[in-house]
Amino acid sequence: MENKKIYWKGFEELTNDLEFVKKAEKEFPDFLPIAEKDEENNTSRRDFLKLMGFGMAAVSLAACEAPVKKAIPYLNKPEDIDPSIPNYYATTYFQDGEYCSILVKTREGRPIKIEGNTLSKVTKGGTSARVQASVLNLYDLERLNSFMDGGKKASKDSVDSKILSALQATNGTIYIVSNTIISPSTKSVIAEFAKKYPSTKHVSYDAVSAYGILKANEKSFGVYGLPNYDFSKAETIVSINADFLGTWLSSIEYSRQYTQGRKLSKEKKTMSRHYQFETGLSLSGANADHRVAIRPSQEGLVVAQLYNEVVGGGSSPITDKNIAEKIKKAADDLKAQKGRSLVVCGSNDVNVQILVNAINDALTNYGSTLSITQANYTKQGNDEEMAKFVEDLKGGSVGAVIFYGTNPVYDYPKGKEIADALKNVALSISFSDRVDETSKLCKFITPDTNYLESWNDAFPTDGNYSLTQPAISPIYPEGTRQAQDSFLTWSGSKNNYYDVLRGFWKTNILKGQAFNEAWTKALHDGVYETNAKVATVVTPKDSTQKETKPAQEVKPVPTTSVAFKGDAAGALSAVSSAYKADNAKTELAIYQKVGLGSGAMANNPWLQEFPDPITKATWDNYALISKSYASQLGVETGSMVKVTVGGSSITLPVIVQPGQQKNTVSIALGYGRISTGKCGNGVGQNVYPMASFQNGSILYAAYEVAVAKAEGKVEMALTQTHQTLMGRGHVREANLTEYNKNPKLIREKYDIFINTADGPKKPTELTMWKGHEEAYNKNHWWGLTIDLNSCTGCGACVIACQTENNVPVVGKQEIINAREMHWIRIDRYYSTDADTSVKSMSNYEKMEDPSENPEVVFLPVMCQHCNNAPCETVCPVVATTHSSEGLNQMTYNRCIGTRYCANNCPFKVRRFNWFNYTNDEKFTTVNFMSQSDLGKMVLNPDVTVRSRGVMEKCSLCVQRIQAGKLEAKKEKRKVKDGDVVTACQQSCPADAIIFGDMNDPESRIAKTIGITKNEQKDIVLEDERAYHLLEEINVKANVTYLAKIRNKA
Amino acid sequence: MRYSSVIQDIRKLAVILAVFVLGMQVAFAQNPTAGKGDVAKGKDLFANNCASCHKIHEPSTGPALTGITARRNEAWLQKWIRNSQSVIKSGDAYAVKLYNDWNQTAMNSFPDLTDGDIKDLLVYIESVPKPEIKKDPQGGGATAGATADSGSTNIILGALVVVLLVILIVLLVLTSLLTRLLKQREDLDEAEKEVVESKFDLGKVLGSKAFLGVLTAIIFLVIAKIGIDKTMDIGMQQGYAPSQPIPFSHKLHIGKYKIACQYCHTTVMKGKSASIPSSNICMNCHNTIKNGSPEIQKIYTAIEKNQPVQWVRVHNLPDLVYFNHSQHTVAGKVACEQCHGKIEEMEVVQQRSPLTMGWCIDCHRQTLVSYTAKDGNGKDVLNPYYEKLLAFHKSKGKTQFKVEDIGGLECSKCHY
Repeated sequence: MENKKIYWKGFEELTNDLEFVKKAEKEFPDFLPIAEKDEENNTSRRDFLKLMGFGMAAVSLAACEAPVKKAIPYLNKPEDIDPSIPNYYATTYFQDGEYCSILVKTREGRPIKIEGNTLSKVTKGGTSARVQASVLNLYDLERLNSFMDGGKKASKDSVDSKILSALQATNGTIYIVSNTIISPSTKSVIAEFAKKYPSTKHVSYDAVSAYGILKANEKSFGVYGLPNYDFSKAETIVSINADFLGTWLSSIEYSRQYTQGRKLSKEKKTMSRHYQFETGLSLSGANADHRVAIRPSQEGLVVAQLYNEVVGGGSSPITDKNIAEKIKKAADDLKAQKGRSLVVCGSNDVNVQILVNAINDALTNYGSTLSITQANYTKQGNDEEMAKFVEDLKGGSVGAVIFYGTNPVYDYPKGKEIADALKNVALSISFSDRVDETSKLCKFITPDTNYLESWNDAFPTDGNYSLTQPAISPIYPEGTRQAQDSFLTWSGSKNNYYDVLRGFWKTNILKGQAFNEAWTKALHDGVYETNAKVATVVTPKDSTQKETKPAQEVKPVPTTSVAFKGDAAGALSAVSSAYKADNAKTELAIYQKVGLGSGAMANNPWLQEFPDPITKATWDNYALISKSYASQLGVETGSMVKVTVGGSSITLPVIVQPGQQKNTVSIALGYGRISTGKCGNGVGQNVYPMASFQNGSILYAAYEVAVAKAEGKVEMALTQTHQTLMGRGHVREANLTEYNKNPKLIREKYDIFINTADGPKKPTELTMWKGHEEAYNKNHWWGLTIDLNSCTGCGACVIACQTENNVPVVGKQEIINAREMHWIRIDRYYSTDADTSVKSMSNYEKMEDPSENPEVVFLPVMCQHCNNAPCETVCPVVATTHSSEGLNQMTYNRCIGTRYCANNCPFKVRRFNWFNYTNDEKFTTVNFMSQSDLGKMVLNPDVTVRSRGVMEKCSLCVQRIQAGKLEAKKEKRKVKDGDVVTACQQSCPADAIIFGDMNDPESRIAKTIGITKNEQKDIVLEDERAYHLLEEINVKANVTYLAKIRNKA
Repeated sequence: MRYSSVIQDIRKLAVILAVFVLGMQVAFAQNPTAGKGDVAKGKDLFANNCASCHKIHEPSTGPALTGITARRNEAWLQKWIRNSQSVIKSGDAYAVKLYNDWNQTAMNSFPDLTDGDIKDLLVYIESVPKPEIKKDPQGGGATAGATADSGSTNIILGALVVVLLVILIVLLVLTSLLTRLLKQREDLDEAEKEVVESKFDLGKVLGSKAFLGVLTAIIFLVIAKIGIDKTMDIGMQQGYAPSQPIPFSHKLHIGKYKIACQYCHTTVMKGKSASIPSSNICMNCHNTIKNGSPEIQKIYTAIEKNQPVQWVRVHNLPDLVYFNHSQHTVAGKVACEQCHGKIEEMEVVQQRSPLTMGWCIDCHRQTLVSYTAKDGNGKDVLNPYYEKLLAFHKSKGKTQFKVEDIGGLECSKCHY
């Protein structure tokens, strides 16, 4: 009625592009021929042979006995491994600065799934897409199964003896080049190595550097570490180019904190306000209440102006009225909420970061929303030392170099210089698990074990330790060795790393405790907390009090020792001269994608096929440009452009991106690998060489870039406009102030009534369905709820679901054909933020071009488990049916593949197996996890691997429901809330998804969406924000959404 | 007219009778009994009280019980079962001899059993046929006091057949007599004559369109039925008894030595898989027992070579079905032999049940949900999981419900 807001998934939809309309009208885009045909479109010889073969097979099948199957037991069964019963081991994931405490689910000794560890105070059970996908790296076919000597396989002993003699013979510097190491035990091992070889220098760098923050903190507080942020305590959040929900630092941790501050309930009526100043649309920008597009060259000045606004006085370098206005507004909010606000910045410029520290200090945020006494150590890379290493390498003073967990030839801006100089180094060793860009050039490769095969520890933040333990014994025990053990061997130590690790914990971390008990507990929990540096935080009992004055209620960590001593004035003048308010040139912003990150896991097909939360693109990187810039260049999505920075240039396709700053182009890191494996090689372009150095640290931007239209156009593998809901109402949203004034507002605005002779009625009151209420009230009534206010759109659930349910990967071409298989998709809708109420010509003009800076809504959609399911009524073979517990069941072995159900599904959540992904050679590369013996180890044995010609869809993790029920029956108790957790819920870092029994009034789901029952024993949703998708067609979904609330004002 | 119609009527009656007799025999073969409660009750009583020491057809801790009602009268048995020691002390010669013959092993006393209970028990004991005779193609699925009063039913049915046969003969004799009488009369009109002189022309009947039509239909249906049955059998391996790398005898280990199933199949009460025992379980006993045997040596070789024994899998379910042992053994309280048959009598393990979906569904349709659980004192209490389900069924006036009633026939209970 009054809801005139237009939502669209992509420009195609907004402009009613011809291709889009064609695609939307066809349920199944392009009925491409699957069977090979010859030129005249006749049945080919191959088809004839296939049919022949089938006939022969059918005849022999009828004549034969079933094949003999073997049952091979253990010789000596390990006591704690029972076939078919999963074991969980607590361990730690750490890669590229992303720390996550996890539980590894193993079946028959094989790790098959990663779950978040709820005992961790850091990540609190959340995970990310990368953490979820990391289990597949263990079974990567490209892993080396042998030590390498000059590109040839060699035995451990011969390699060791050669390395030892070379190490002893060297008279130059021995460089150990590593990623950030957060393991204190590993550091002790390296120290031991350095003691044995005194010329050793340890350099650490990060593919995506945070050196600016580290150095700024050293200058401001004397602490070389990252601050520990607490977004949950912040009522105003201002982020300048920091995608803290997607890729910036510890985003899993921040997602949980951030959404804690955003959640609304009966008790909690307030939420944080989030300002985002950024170049390209990031995940954080998409969630922000106010988003402003800025150029990379303005970044420093935005911070400077914010500083001036907050502390008062100073000049206003930003000339753009729109940006200046928003900075003023943000500063006002910040000042109003001193001690309850937070300013973060993704810049890698030390001066900018000093200013950010000064702002947070001026706002008295230290000790409340961020802390430096309790620092975070997940990034320690030192760009200056790394630059020095490259100089030394080129200068020839390096005697030996050991690459530990790094691949600088690929992911360091000066990778090419390293590659050239590496030839002249006498001894070069890589611990890489594959022949990658760097290890290829090394004399020796001594492959490190996968983290799931290793012992290790981690010290991510002050007060929190955690352990890594092997969940499987090394798959290649002869061909791989944990890097720490290699160091120990070369230092001549007799100990293995496990002993060193235990020894280190005994003498340092668990000092003064009964060691065996404490160690076993730490190993079991995966985490160990010590209050050594942490003040006791008293949580107030009274929740209302907490909201009004949280800063007073929580006892802050003492700040006396860390008074801000940075030179803010110096930083301010340095920033003012380094940045420009009105650069006339086109600029480049280099960012990370939520899926692939730095590119270290590029050979992981799950991540390659993971639709980027914003662009919904898979299997490629691209140049993101704004619509106006695109028309200026005469390009559209898919056109190729040549991007040149300094001397280097790359050619890649364009995606026209709403929200992109007008005169900028954004390109993601992590692509363009040439030596990572069959799956990741040659996907996209490498943009690391385009990063430069500024003020000693890496600058992920270029202030002058040439973009030129290039030859050709490609089809992009975008999922954004697939499975469209045809513009029917699916998103409900409101602004906080209006919502608080009138909570019924959302219902009034969106509820649909049907006019009848007896007046307007709700669609549910007019039904010809009998309903399932009687059956559902027997025992369980499962339901899922998704809080759109919490969902950040990160997509961890997509990969978790894929892992849990053996969902195949289909590859780029099949994505282009709109045949992706993900059971859960996250629809990303843009809408204009233009005010439709003002009736003026200028306002209408504004509304004409809404793509400039759209609002974004993320809507995860999986099978809605409709009670009046349209799919069920059209299946000719009753392959999809209803359970008495509210599930819409899909029976693969009954399905004959008519696809009627998918045609009739209003939510477009059904996926059809167009191919036999487990056997078809077309998918051998991308789907190695179901086509190779090693890859198959990752499959979940409790879920059927589907074959060609059957339909599939979200089952609400029925295998987990059944397991939870069985456990309860066996233990003679009721199913407790939380016994059954779906894979998507488990993985969610934002706690946006709640699954549970809606019949249980004590369950979280019942409380969250306010369930009561009417006389027919049907569910009534009390919560004003709760709604079902497409309520008007009365399918009565069991998946409930909570409307999105923005905090604009 | 009258007479001939009488003959026709009698003939019709005879045909009906004949069909009935035949039908009776078929019914007789298919439906031996509709069981009485007392046998079933007796069976339960036997299982709960007697089975730990007594078997029906062979001696166990106590003597075999078959023929007990012939050996002793009911009054004596009542006294003996309630308190055997008092009977022995009373100096009863039979009792004393029995006591001494069985190494003076005292039998437990069952003072709580009523006369009725004991009667039920005895009826059950006498109803159990010798195991060789007992055919059990469905792997032991059939329950309900099968053959208890099948004896008496047999007699009644037999008598009925005899009576019907006699009536049939009488009727035939009657018609032939009447026909002969009528033939001697002259005043019959044409129509009546035709009836009287008509002969039962088999050839004509066989040649008739109706008969041929019916015959073709029957043949077609039979072939179709066989065809469908055979197609259904594809991939079905009932009776599959492959030879194993080591001829492990379940008959010896369970039948003779009474080793519990779970001793080797350790996860049968815990998980989806019952698990094939690892070699270290064999070694628990065979490191001392019979370790020189060449078959046992195979296990030693396997351990030395670090290569596990490759058993041949007997029970194969397709990957598309999720079957969980513990669901059935613990939650469902199903005994192993219900699906696996009498393993303790198998020298070579055989797949006794068809393991088809129809077979699963049948059981889910018939089996009552056991919603009780033993509490700390061994008393049956309601398993709280089933609280809501029981309340629901009680509201419908039912105190019992089947697996089917709690969703046991829904697709996603086994397929996901």
